[in-house]
Amino acid sequence: MFAIETCNLSKKYKDKYVVKNLNLSVNQGELYGLLGVNGAGKSTTIKMLSCLVTPTEGDAILNGHSIMKNTQEVKKIISVSPQETAVAEKLNVRENLEFIARIYGFNRKTAKQKAEKTIELFDLREFAKQRAKTLSGGLKRRLSIAMALITEPEILFLDEPTLGLDVLARHELWQVISKLKDKITIILTTHYLEEAESLCDRIGIMARGELKAEGTVQELKTLAKTDNFENAFVKICDGGAL
Amino acid sequence: MRTYIFASRNTKEILRDVITLFFGLAFPIVLLLLLYAIGSSVPKEANMNMFDIEVLTPGITVFGLCFIALFSAQLIAKDKTTSFMMRLFTSPIKSHEFILGYTLPLIPMSLVQTFICYIVALLLGLKFTPNIFLAAVVNIPITLVFVALGLLCGTVLSEKAVGGVCGALLTNFSAWFSNIWFDTALVGGWFEEVANALPFAHAVNAARYALNGEFESIMPDLLWVIGYAVVLLATSIAIFTVKMKKDK
Repeated sequence: MFAIETCNLSKKYKDKYVVKNLNLSVNQGELYGLLGVNGAGKSTTIKMLSCLVTPTEGDAILNGHSIMKNTQEVKKIISVSPQETAVAEKLNVRENLEFIARIYGFNRKTAKQKAEKTIELFDLREFAKQRAKTLSGGLKRRLSIAMALITEPEILFLDEPTLGLDVLARHELWQVISKLKDKITIILTTHYLEEAESLCDRIGIMARGELKAEGTVQELKTLAKTDNFENAFVKICDGGAL
Repeated sequence: MRTYIFASRNTKEILRDVITLFFGLAFPIVLLLLLYAIGSSVPKEANMNMFDIEVLTPGITVFGLCFIALFSAQLIAKDKTTSFMMRLFTSPIKSHEFILGYTLPLIPMSLVQTFICYIVALLLGLKFTPNIFLAAVVNIPITLVFVALGLLCGTVLSEKAVGGVCGALLTNFSAWFSNIWFDTALVGGWFEEVANALPFAHAVNAARYALNGEFESIMPDLLWVIGYAVVLLATSIAIFTVKMKKDK
């Protein structure tokens, strides 16, 4: 069974499709990268898959649950780390983690234990008592991803997780994301091609709301008849490779 | 349970906003002291009892609830403008749990505000009677009206607009149409009709009747307030649900 399988998933605003007939399958434990230029439909796809936006047409099945028919069930097995940092600013790091764990049904004791483990995993011990609003951009993003993971999701959506971070903070986050590979299914959207290249098992390239191509980095380069992934991306987005 | 967990988080968010909290609690006291001073300087022959401490205090406790509305509106509007709300929308929390989670922490806060006002009033010469506690209980459904108004504003408006609408418009409306500063019957006409249709004057009347032991007069006014509380809370849940489902 695929972790995620979409069937003609579409979103239309007035007469304009922002996502059109999206058909993709993501394997269990796979880290799938969704690439595309601005307005390609990546974020709308993530929003539809995470039940934030209702599709106009089509459906998606997430570990057996339809996003159209079983919204509550889908919400229990997914977690989202949004594009912007999503933390409760006046709570400290530990409180943020415990709050999210409890919202997902863990009791107080388990939530505390899970918060401790997550603090260790994400190397946040030094900042555990610090309020979120006082953290640096990189640490806030790290906390935001930690909050997405503490719920033990089966599927994790990372929407441009390293956007706006400096090189060091970005590399730190890459290490964190790498540790998650094979453990849970991840869909990652990004504008950084090197990020997708080094982290993702497979990549889907979207342009103008449609999935233009998908495969491993090597497969995409072969498809575009180039040795360079950036050139392959540009060619596929322009339609020149197809 | 999720409601309680979400309410705990909201309590921390409000209590840790020290400046807003201070003004929310302190401003009604300042008003009480100011109006008491004005009332004290009015000659007895003028026969004006509007600023007598037992008439003024229940009105101020009701007016102070405008700040509770502001708290709820700011909290929800702030959450809405950050991705934190998006994270919560993808969680299993349901819309009624959101609304209750925003509402519940504000009830004890409004009670604290009410009791602080009464403690100051006692220092200014209000006679202590158990009716003070009854007046505080009467303020609970009144609080729900103000919280619901705040939630509606916070759900519909942006963080900036909330300050204007809840901070200025609601404060003025509840001041003009509440019988706190002047008797709306003296203005008469459409003004009095509007005042009687809105919940504010009924809220102040109910609180005054409670404090002054006119028990049989409380319920007609309080029922009006409870009706508004039910309708406004139901409306805020409905609008919040629509917002949750609305495409972004």
